[in-house]
Amino acid sequence: MIGGLFIYNHKGEVLISRVYRDDIGSQIAGSALFSSSRPFLEERRNAVDAFRVNVIHARQQVRSPVTNIARTSFFHVKRSNIWLAAVTKQNVNAAMVFEFLYKMCDVMAAYFGKISEENIKNNFVLIYELLDEILDFGYPQNSETGALKTFITQQGIKSQTKEEQSQITSQVTGQIGWRREGIKYRRNELFLDVLESVNLLMSPQGQVLSAHVSGRVVMKSYLSGMPECKFGMNDKIVIEKQGKGTADETSKSGKQSIAIDDCTFHQCVRLSKFDSERSISFIPPDGEFELMRYRTTKDIILPFRVIPLVREVGRTKLEVKVVIKSNFKPSLLAQKIEVRIPTPLNTSGVQVICMKGKAKYKASENAIVWKIKRMAGMKESQISAEIELLPTNDKKKWARPPISMNFEVPFAPSGLKVRYLKVFEPKLNYSDHDVIKWVRYIGRSGIYETRC
Amino acid sequence: MTDSKYFTTTKKGEIFELKAELNSDKKEKKKEAVKKVIASMTVGKDVSALFPDVVNCMQTDNLELKKLVYLYLMNYAKSQPDMAIMAVNTFVKDCEDPNPLIRALAVRTMGCIRVDKITEYLCEPLRKCLKDEDPYVRKTAAVCVAKLHDINAQLVEDQGFLDTLKDLISDSNPMVVANAVAALSEIAESHPSSNLLDLNPQSINKLLTALNECTEWGQIFILDCLANYTPKDDREAQSICERVTPRLSHANSAVVLSAVKVLMKFMEMLSKDLDYYGTLLKKLAPPLVTLLSAEPELQYVALRNINLIVQKRPEILKHEMKVFFVKYNDPIYVKLEKLDIMIRLASQANIAQVLAELKEYATEVDVDFVRKAVRAIGRCAIKVEQSAERCVSTLLDLIQTKVNYVVQEAIVVIKDIFRKYPNKYESVIATLCENLDSLDEPEARAAMIWIVGEYAERIDNADELLESFLEGFHDESTQVQLQLLTAIVKLFLKKPTETQELVQQVLSLATQDSDNPDLRDRGYIYWRLLSTDPVAAKEVVLAEKPLISEETDLIEPTLLDELICYIGTLASVYHKPPSAFVEGGRGVVHKSLPPRTASSESTESPETAPAGAPPGEQPDVIPTQGDLLGDLLNLDLGPPVSGPPLATTSVQMGAVDLLGGGLDSLIGGPNFVAPPAAAVPASLGAPIGSGLSDLFDLTSGVGTLSGSYVAPKAVWLPAMKAKGLEISGTFTRQVGSISMDLQLTNKALQVMTDFAIQFNRNSFGLAPAAPLQVHAPLSPNQTVEISLPLNTVGSVMKMEPLNNLQVAVKNNIDVFYFSTLYPLHILFVEDGKMDRQMFLATWKDIPNENEAQFQIRDCPLNAEAVSSKLQSSNIFTIAKRNVEGQDMLYQSLKLTNGIWVLAELRIQPGNPSFTVLQLSLKCRAPEVSQHVYQAYETILKN
Repeated sequence: MIGGLFIYNHKGEVLISRVYRDDIGSQIAGSALFSSSRPFLEERRNAVDAFRVNVIHARQQVRSPVTNIARTSFFHVKRSNIWLAAVTKQNVNAAMVFEFLYKMCDVMAAYFGKISEENIKNNFVLIYELLDEILDFGYPQNSETGALKTFITQQGIKSQTKEEQSQITSQVTGQIGWRREGIKYRRNELFLDVLESVNLLMSPQGQVLSAHVSGRVVMKSYLSGMPECKFGMNDKIVIEKQGKGTADETSKSGKQSIAIDDCTFHQCVRLSKFDSERSISFIPPDGEFELMRYRTTKDIILPFRVIPLVREVGRTKLEVKVVIKSNFKPSLLAQKIEVRIPTPLNTSGVQVICMKGKAKYKASENAIVWKIKRMAGMKESQISAEIELLPTNDKKKWARPPISMNFEVPFAPSGLKVRYLKVFEPKLNYSDHDVIKWVRYIGRSGIYETRC
Repeated sequence: MTDSKYFTTTKKGEIFELKAELNSDKKEKKKEAVKKVIASMTVGKDVSALFPDVVNCMQTDNLELKKLVYLYLMNYAKSQPDMAIMAVNTFVKDCEDPNPLIRALAVRTMGCIRVDKITEYLCEPLRKCLKDEDPYVRKTAAVCVAKLHDINAQLVEDQGFLDTLKDLISDSNPMVVANAVAALSEIAESHPSSNLLDLNPQSINKLLTALNECTEWGQIFILDCLANYTPKDDREAQSICERVTPRLSHANSAVVLSAVKVLMKFMEMLSKDLDYYGTLLKKLAPPLVTLLSAEPELQYVALRNINLIVQKRPEILKHEMKVFFVKYNDPIYVKLEKLDIMIRLASQANIAQVLAELKEYATEVDVDFVRKAVRAIGRCAIKVEQSAERCVSTLLDLIQTKVNYVVQEAIVVIKDIFRKYPNKYESVIATLCENLDSLDEPEARAAMIWIVGEYAERIDNADELLESFLEGFHDESTQVQLQLLTAIVKLFLKKPTETQELVQQVLSLATQDSDNPDLRDRGYIYWRLLSTDPVAAKEVVLAEKPLISEETDLIEPTLLDELICYIGTLASVYHKPPSAFVEGGRGVVHKSLPPRTASSESTESPETAPAGAPPGEQPDVIPTQGDLLGDLLNLDLGPPVSGPPLATTSVQMGAVDLLGGGLDSLIGGPNFVAPPAAAVPASLGAPIGSGLSDLFDLTSGVGTLSGSYVAPKAVWLPAMKAKGLEISGTFTRQVGSISMDLQLTNKALQVMTDFAIQFNRNSFGLAPAAPLQVHAPLSPNQTVEISLPLNTVGSVMKMEPLNNLQVAVKNNIDVFYFSTLYPLHILFVEDGKMDRQMFLATWKDIPNENEAQFQIRDCPLNAEAVSSKLQSSNIFTIAKRNVEGQDMLYQSLKLTNGIWVLAELRIQPGNPSFTVLQLSLKCRAPEVSQHVYQAYETILKN
C-alpha cells in the first residue's frame, strides 16, 4: 500500500509530507545530502530527497510517471507546477494509486480551489487533516467531497448532537456515501450537460485514420430527499430491445439510436442493474457530478473538415493553403474556432491572407494561429500563407506536425440524445413532473488533427 | 486567515519561543504554536525537542488541535518512546469518547505510533473498537489490526485479533468488510502458508455482495482479494465472472483493471467452447479501450497492462489497432507504450495502416520514439511476410533522410530482415554501404559489419570496407570487435586468396593486443579452426543460421502468467515479478494462473500440456518456494534432460565446447605462449600443454591438466523451462575432490539473484559440500561459471538409473528442477589400487554370476595408452599379461562408498581401427557394472 505522500513545489521543496509506513525511505539514494544527526527522521527525508534529485531536478523530460529508485517506487502527477508523489515499497495497485492522486487533487480543489503553492501553504493543516482521513495506513478511504465536507470543516468542531455524529459516520461508511439525508430545496431542479469531445486524426488526403467521441454526462441536481433517478438515452441496445415489442418505435427511433462502444459510471449508478437491464438508475449526489462517461466510434458527425495544401518552393519558401468546411445544419453556429498551422523552426517571416477571422504568425509557438469567432454550418473558409525560411544545414527534414483545430458546437457529434430523466422520491411529496429539468449539448474538439 | 506564514524562515531561538507559546494559557496561541511546529516538521526541521510541550496540548476538546498533536506524535514518538507513554492515557480515554469520530481518530493514531510500550496499551481499546456499534470506528479498527500486525505480529495472533477481523468479513457495513479484507490480505501476505483468508464459496459470496455496495476503493480491495481465490471448477469460475463483469463499467480505472485481473485469471478455467467464454472476451475489449481516454498516468498503467493482455490473449484487442495510434501530444511514455502494442497487434489485415503510421512517427522529434518507430518497421517486416517489401522500401526512404540516428536504426533492423529473408533484399546493400561513415553507434556498426561479412562475396570492396574498420580496432566496443573478427574470417573463407593478410592482422589484434577474454577466445578458436581444418572452419563459420523468431521482446510464458495475476499492480507496470523490486518476504509469494480444469478433469502433470493448447497456457503447478526445497521426493520429475558424458559432439557443438571448457584452462595455463603471428602452426596445442596426454585431451576440445576425464558441458536445464535461466554443466574429479562445474546463463530480461542448489537423495549420497556461490547478481545475457564442490556424505537412496541425480536450483524468480546422469568415474577414489594377492582372492571370492562381460569397440589404443588413460581416472592396473598375442590387463577401482570393482581387460592388437577391447567386470554389487563399463568407454574414447 501507499507508504507516504509528498507534495513538492517546482523547486523540489517539500510542502506536505505524510508518512504512513515506516518501510519507505530506508537506504535510498541521496542519503549523503543530509547530516546524520537525526537517523530516524533522516530515513524519511531520504525518500523525499530521492524523488527530488531523480525526478524533479532531472534535466530530462519525465520518461515515466512511475519511477523506481533503490527498490522504492514513486508515483507522481503534476498539477500546474506542483508535484504530488506517492511512495511505496510494496507491490501496490498502481492504477489505484494514480486514481487516488487524482482524487486527492479533486478533494483539495473542492476545498480551496486551484492547487498552487500558495494555496497549499495556506491550507496545510487542512491538507494534513484530509490526508489523515482519506488514507489510512496507505489504504484509501471514503474520499467523496460531499461526505468529507460534513465533518472536516476547518471551523473547529461544532457541537454536534449524537444523531448528527452518527449520521456523519453512517454516511462516510454507508452504502450511499455520496449523499446525506435531509436535503431540502424549495424548487427541485436539475441540469444535464452532455459534453462531448470529438477526436480526429485525418490523413492529408482526407481519409479518417481514427475518430472517436469521448463524452461525459454531467449532472447538477438540486433535489430534495433521497431521489431515485432513472436516466435514458438513445442507446442502440436499449432501443432495439424495446423495439421488439413495438415495431413502430423501431422505425421511428431506430435511425437516431447510437452505438456506444463503452461507458463508465459514477459510483452512485447501480452497475449490476446496468449490466443486466442496461438501465441507468441511481441516487445522485447533491450538486454537480459526472454521471457517466462514454465513447463512440461509429457514425460520428465530424463538424469540420480541414483540407491542407503545403508546397515547398525551393529550400527557403513554403506555401500553405488550408480550407476548412463546416459540416452541420446551417441553422447552427460553431464558436471559438481556431486553426493552428505549424511552421518550421527556421521560419523567418510569414505572410497570411484569410477570408474570415484573424490570422497571426506566432513565432514563439512556431505556428500560424487562425481564429474565427463564429461560423455557421455548411460554410467554407480559407487561409493561405507564404512562409520564408532561413537556410540551414540541418539535415533532418521538418517533421511537419499535424494541423490542429479547436471549436465548440451546440450539438453532440456522437448523435447522443437524452430521452428522459425520471425522478422518484417516495417519501417526499413531489413528483417527476414537478422537477424542472434542463438539458444542454456541447461538442468540443478534443485532439482534432489533420496531417499535412 | 492563511497558514503560509508558518512556513516563513526561522530565526535562532525559535524553538525557545515556540516552547513558550505552546505553554501559553490561550487556546488560540497554543494552536498557532502547534501549527508552526507542524510546518517546521514538514520542511524537515527537527522539532523533537518540543515533544513534552506538544504532548501537553493533547488534552483538549478542540478536534483540530488534537489532530495536529496526533500528527506530531506519529512523527516523533519513535524517537522519544519514553515520553510517548505520556500520551497513552489520553488515547485510552479518547477511545471511550461518545463521539465516534474521536474514538476512531484515537485508535487510528495509536496504531501509527510504533512504540512497543504503547502497543501493549493499544490492545484493549482496539478490541473494543473492533466491536464498536459505529461502523466508522469498526472500519478504522480493522485497518488498525494490520498496523499492529506490522509492529508485533505475535501480539496480534495471541490476542485473537485475527479471528475478530475474520468475523468482520460478515459485517453488515460494506466499508467495514472492505477494510477487513484489505487488512487480512496484507497480513496473509506475510504468512503465505496460513490459511488466513479462508476463501470458500460462502465467504466469496459475501464479498461479491459487499462489492456492489462499497466505495470505489473498497471495491478494489475486494477484487484484488478475489483474484487470489481459485474456484473449484469452471462453473464456479463462471458465476464469479458474471458477478464481476458489471465492474467493468466503473468510472474508476483501478476498479476496472482489478476486475479485468479477476476475469483474465478465472478465464483460464473456462473452456474455450463455452458460449460464455466468447461473451467474456467481447466484454473485455471496450473497457480496456476506454482506459486510454483516462489521464496520461493512468493510460500508462493501462497500456503496460494491455501489453501483457495482448500477449496472453491477442484475440481480445485484435480489432482495436486504431486506438493505439499515437497522438502528437501524448506524453512520451504513452507514445512508446502504444507503439509497442501496435507492433504486437500488427497483422496482415492491418499492416498497411500500421506502416503508414510508423512512417509518420519516424519523422517525429523525440529521438527514442523515432528509433523505436524505425525498429518497429523492421519488426513488421519480420512478422508479416507480405509486408516485407514495403517495409524495406520504407526503410530505404528513411535512410535517404540521412538523419543520423534514423539511418543507424534502419541498418540494425535491415540486418534482421536479411536474416529472415535470405537472398531477397540484398540489392539494397549498396545503399547501405554509402552510409558507412555516418555510423557511430556500436550496434549499427556491428550490424553493418555483419552485413558486409555475410555478403562478402557480393560486395566487391568488402575487404576495403572491413579494413577501414580495422584501423581503430581497439577503440571499438566489444560488440563491434567481435563482429569484425567474425566478418573478416567469413571474408577469408569466401575469398581466401586476397585476404590472408587481413585475417592474420585481425587474429593477432584479437588474440595478442586485446584484454577482452571473449574476443581472445573467439580469436583463438578461429585461428585454430583455420589452421587445423579449413573445411571444418567453413562448416562452422558459414553454417546455416537458425531462423530468427517473429516476435521479439516477448515475455517468457511463465513470467507472463505470473504477471497476469498481478494486473493493475506495480509488477504489471514494471513487467517484473514483485520479488524483483519488493524487499523482504512481503508480497513475494509466487502466483500462478489456475489450471484449466473442468469439474471432472484431473490436474495435468507439468510435462504434458493440454492437447491443442499453446505452450504458454501450460498450467504451472510448481509449488511455492517455502515448502519446496526440503522435499524433492514427492515431485514428479520429468525424464532427464540429457545424459551428459555420452553425447558425441557435432561440429557445432565442438565450437561451443571450445569456448566453454577447453580454452579457458588453456589460457590460464602456466606455460602459455601466444601463437606466433606469422606462420600458423599445424598443432596449436603444442606449445600450450604440458604433456602428451594433455595434448590429446586438448585437441579434442577438452582440457584437464590432471584428474579424471571431464565430459563437455551439456545443457541440463534449458532456459525455456526455467524462466530464462539456462544451466549447463559437467562433473569433474580432481585430486580426490568431486565437483560439479556449472555454467549459469541468464537469458531472461531481469536480473537473477539469490541462487541456491539442492540435490535429492541419490544412490551414492552426492551432496553439495558448500552452498552455491554466485557472488554478483546475474544480469541479463550474462553467464557465470561456478565450480560447486561435492561430497558423498549426503543421504542415500537407490535411484533408477543408478547414476541419476535430481537437482533443484532456486533463484529469486522461482525454483527449478532437473535431473542429470553423472558419470560413475567421478566416484572412483584415488586409493582404488588393490594388492595383487588380494585381487586374486577377491576375484575368486566373487561368484561367477556377478561377472559381467562387455565389449568396447573402435578403440585404437595399445595397452600402455589404455592403462595410463584409465589411471588418470583412478582405474588402476595391477598386473599385465600377454596371452596368445593378446594383452590382458587386470585392474581394480573403488567407489566412494567402498565398493570394489575388479576388471579384466583384453586388448586385441592388430588393425588399429578395428581394435576391440573385451571387458569383464566382477563386483559384489553387480548393478554398478553397467555404469562402470560406460565409464570405461567414455574415458577410453575421449
